[in-house]
Parts: sequence; structure tokens; C-alpha cells
Amino acid sequence: MSGPLRIAVVYPDLLGTYGDGGNGLILARRAEWRGHEVELLQAPSDGALPGADIYCLGGGEDGPQVRAARTLHDDGMLARRVAEGAVVLAVCAGYQIVGRSYPDARGDRHEGIGLLDISTVNGSGPRAVGEVVAETVEGAPRLPTLTGFENHGGHTTLAESAVPLARVTAGVGNGDGSGTEGALAGRVLGTYLHGPVLARNPALADLLLGWALDLGDLPPLDDGAALELRQERLGGVAGQARRRFRPRRRVH
Amino acid sequence: MRYRLARITTRTVNATSRRLGRGHGTVIGGRAGLKVDPWLLQRLSAGRRVALVTGTNGKTTTTRLLTVALGAGGGDVVSNETGSNMPPGHVAALVGAGRTTQAVLEVDEIYLPRVLSATSADVVLLLNLSRDQLDRTNEVRMVAGRWRAALAAAPHTAVVANADDPLVVWGAGAAAQVHWVAAGTRWHLDAAGCPACEGRISFGGDGSWTCTAGCGFARPAPEASLQFSEDASEPHRGVWADGRVHDISLLLPGRFNHANALMAAVAAEAGGIDAALALAAMSGVENVAGRFTVCPFGPAQARLMLAKNPAGWSELLDMVAGDDGPVVVSINARIADGADPSWLWDVPFERLGERVVVATGERFRDLSVRLHYAGVAHVAHADPVDAVAAAAEGSARVIDVIANYTAFNHLLAARS
Ligand SMILES: [Zn+2]
Repeated sequence: MSGPLRIAVVYPDLLGTYGDGGNGLILARRAEWRGHEVELLQAPSDGALPGADIYCLGGGEDGPQVRAARTLHDDGMLARRVAEGAVVLAVCAGYQIVGRSYPDARGDRHEGIGLLDISTVNGSGPRAVGEVVAETVEGAPRLPTLTGFENHGGHTTLAESAVPLARVTAGVGNGDGSGTEGALAGRVLGTYLHGPVLARNPALADLLLGWALDLGDLPPLDDGAALELRQERLGGVAGQARRRFRPRRRVH
Repeated sequence: MRYRLARITTRTVNATSRRLGRGHGTVIGGRAGLKVDPWLLQRLSAGRRVALVTGTNGKTTTTRLLTVALGAGGGDVVSNETGSNMPPGHVAALVGAGRTTQAVLEVDEIYLPRVLSATSADVVLLLNLSRDQLDRTNEVRMVAGRWRAALAAAPHTAVVANADDPLVVWGAGAAAQVHWVAAGTRWHLDAAGCPACEGRISFGGDGSWTCTAGCGFARPAPEASLQFSEDASEPHRGVWADGRVHDISLLLPGRFNHANALMAAVAAEAGGIDAALALAAMSGVENVAGRFTVCPFGPAQARLMLAKNPAGWSELLDMVAGDDGPVVVSINARIADGADPSWLWDVPFERLGERVVVATGERFRDLSVRLHYAGVAHVAHADPVDAVAAAAEGSARVIDVIANYTAFNHLLAARS
């Protein structure tokens, strides 16, 4: 790869509702801390999507989600860059629209941009809201236990060419009855996890960076704060968070 | 008969609850009263002039400011000052109001249509609308749409609305009488899509905004504008389109509080009270439900500030950006805060720069990761009181403490 690593946060004006813009920042810092030159681009929906090596799509509300999908489709850059090997991290509403089809608030079906062979419909039960714990499955890259927060009403079904990212041990995930969470095809990775997902799962961030930089093993970083957060989330919040008189200690 | 019984029930349950030490008990009593008489809020509002205050941020402060402003006209004003801003809280406040003819009620954004129809309010203040508590109510546009329908059906209600917030303008846009106020907002992320069509809102540097798709949705001409001075020797001012200018001098800090005061002054004016008189009365308000109070924490002095969402945090971080003393940031994620603290990544913590920062609260680990990526060096303490003590070590400065909702209440209860 020549030139700086270009990371684009896609349509923060439409897909910026759940703090997922943090994923772009996290990828940028982790590359910079390892000495790579990085350009972090916020790409609003009223301009042409810039060419980038990594695209981050986040969660969004129903109306903006439809607008984002239509605009991405008309723009064409994302699909073009994916064909050329760009990496995509798509979260929640972003995950749904990179699939074949997804529903709006009324349940009407909309065409997605088809980067993942998945389709989403509205679930009949209550919204899936809460902590998710998931283990990566065979066929997906092996990662430490995934932790995140989900908030969606969609049920997502994977077709043949998409493999699930993980199997949920707590929470709902894809919600189609398969017990899976997220999906993966080539370098396009979709998930329902917020947190943002890369804040809680630095190994996932490094997986995406490794793809984009064509590097296998990245040198380790100081992930003390993230490891503590993971421990707290995976260990259950209740007992730990209310513990008082914790000994003082520098975080970094 | 039912009405009388409902009022007695509300009072009795409240008194019992207070005796049992369960706080003010306002919500419990109000709920019991509404069970006996579902029309209780309608009946209690009859014969009173009611003003409603709603919006994502600044409700409690503005309710207090407007209560004081209306009081400047003489006569008592009742208000739900304990912060219980849904119908049971309104009922409880009005049951205890005796013959008081004026009421100012803080209303949860979602409940505005219901409370408006129950109270037939004379005035409604719409402050701002942005994302809040994501896992409970994630559709700010839907809320704006509901406001719009409710206000269109209330032709006798005067609306005072923030002309700088497109979602508020959409919400107020179908009302019969609107007083637009240029109250400003630093947060545009939730209003990027045009609520009237498929277009986008473009914000000009001069405060103007318009839909780029040409549907005609644009900032309405304000009746009054806030001129917030960054220069300490210059007063902040409210400038009216008819040429009047009034100084706004408050004990409360920050641009947003001055905006709240201006909106309250315009609302007071709609209620027949001179704006200058209203502003003079508001200048004496020192703190609202503990917010912005400087109070002792052991040997330290701390200024407690509440921020509940990215827009509120953004305003507060701007406000403290000029200082260089220590800052304590406390984050919880209980139900009232929203269980997902992902919104921390929408908050520009980078503005804390080189200051001494202490992360605390039940979710201090989420905050710590956020600060790590923001490049803000910090220490972490699980216990908020310890955190304030740590920040005060070796500093004689007043400690700025910014907390979200339940974290703030915890600190308020813990001050010495
Ligand atoms: Zn428009």
C-alpha cells in the first residue's frame, strides 16, 4: 500500500446515532500508534464518498437508514472499492443496508447494496436491547470473546456466501433463530454490536487493520483500559461496578 | 366526588411516602391519584394559566427561570420542581397548589402531546431536540413529528421555540402562534436530514440554515436573538427584532443558560410580563436542583454540573474549555441514564486537552477507554467521592465535576 491509510466514516449525518463513529477514530489511532500515516475522513451524505481503504458504517434511525442506502447505491464508490479489496465494518443499521434487503419502520422491504449475502426483516417480538457476548465460529477469524451492546428490531438471515461472525452466548445477535451474530464475506464484516464494538474488542480492530495494511501480526499496544472494560462487561456488571474504595492506580 | 377522592388520595400517598422516608413521594402519590381519576390532570389544570417547558436539555433550569419570571408579575406560581416531569409529577405539583392560578410544568419530550391536551396550556416552550438515552427513545424525528401534530391541534396555545434547531422548528411549525427565538445550538448532528423532505439541512456560518433540496424549510426570522459575549467586560444581551435590547445577567454560567433565560423572557412576555422585569427576576437564580452549585467535598470545593447527552456535554465542555483546573467526569449507565454508554464517543472529550482529569462513576472503564483514544491522560477511581478528593490533591482550585444523570444525583447526595 502506498500513501496514508485512508479510513472513512460513512455518512455520520445519517448513520451516526449510536456512537459508532468511534470505530473510525479507534482504527485511526491504532494505526498511528504503530507508526502508520493515517487520514481519517468524515464523509457526509451530501458529497461523493471518498476512496478509502477502510469504510465504517454505523447505526441510524429508520428514515436516515433508507436515505443512506439509496445514496450509497447511487454513489457507487463503496461497492467499487470493496471489489478492489477495501475493508468494511458495518454496524447495526449499517450492517442491514450492506445486505440484500432490509425493512423500514413499517416493515416495507428495501433493497440493500448487496455487499453481504444477508437479508433482514422486522422481528415480531420486542426489540433486542442489551449486552451481547459472542464467540467467533469456525469459518470466521478466531478472536477473543466478543462483547457489545445491541439495540435493534431486525432479524437477519445469512445466505450461503456469508458466514456468521460468531455464536451468541448472551443476547440476541442476528435473531433469526440460528444463534449467530454478525456476518462476514471477504473483507466486509457486519455486526449488531455497539459499544462502539472496536472500543470493547481491540482484537477485532486489529483484524481489520491487518487486512487493510496487508499485515498478519500487528505489534501489541497498551490496551490496559480496554482489557479492564472487557473484564467488567464479560464478568457481569453488577458486583464489580459498585465496588468502592478501589485502590488508586494510573490508567496510563 | 371522584375528583375530590383523587386529590385526597394523591395527598395522602405523598404524605405517607414522605413519612416513610421515600423521598418526596410525588410520583407515587400522583400515580395513585390518576388511578382514582384518570382526568385528574385536566381537572387540576382548569382555571389555571399553565406553561409547559420541554426539550432534550435545559428543561429543569428553564422551568425554574420561567417560574421566577412569571412570579415577577406578582402572585404565586406553582411548578413541579422535583424533576418528576411526567403526568404523576404534574398532578402531585398541582394538588398541592391550593388557589395558585399560574403553573409552570417541566414536561418529558415524549409526554408533551398528552400533557398539552390535558392542561390546554397557554404557553409551550420548545428548547431543543437531540438524541438522548438511546436505548429508550431513539427517534428524535418521531418526537418532533408528534410535537407538530399536537401543537397544530392547539390553536390557542402560544409556542416559544428555538429557531436555531431545525427539529424544534419542524415540531413548532404547524402551530398557530409561534414566537421564534434565536437561542443557538452547538449540536447539529441530529438535524442533518430535512424533516420536511428527503433533503439535507445546510448550516451557514451566520446561524442561518436551509434545506438544500429546495423544499423551502429554513430558519424562521427570530423575534428575539441571544447575543452571547465571549468578552467578560461586555454583557450578554437579548436583542429583539423590534429594536429593544436587554442585558441578560445571570448567576448561572454558560451560553445555554443565557439562551434558556431569553426563551423564558419571551414566554413571560407572551404571558403579559415585561421582558426586562422577567430578566431582572431571573438574574437572582443561583442554582437549580443543585446544578452548577459550588459545594464542599471534604476539604475540596467542587462545582457540580449535569450533562445527560452529547449535546449537553458539548455545551458544558465548551463552557469549561477556558479553565485549566482539574476536572472530574462521572458516568453511570442505569436505566435513567440509558444502559448503553456508546454516546461517550459522540462527546468531544478531546477538548479536555492537558487538564488533570479523573474518570469515575459506575462506568468509569468505558470513559477511560474513550479518554485513552481522545489522547486525554487521566486517572481512574471507581468511587466518585474518592475521585473528587484525588482531583483536589495539590490544587486549591474549584474542581469542575461533570456527571450524567444518576452519577450527578449520587454526587449531590454525597457532598459534605
Ligand atoms: Zn427539505
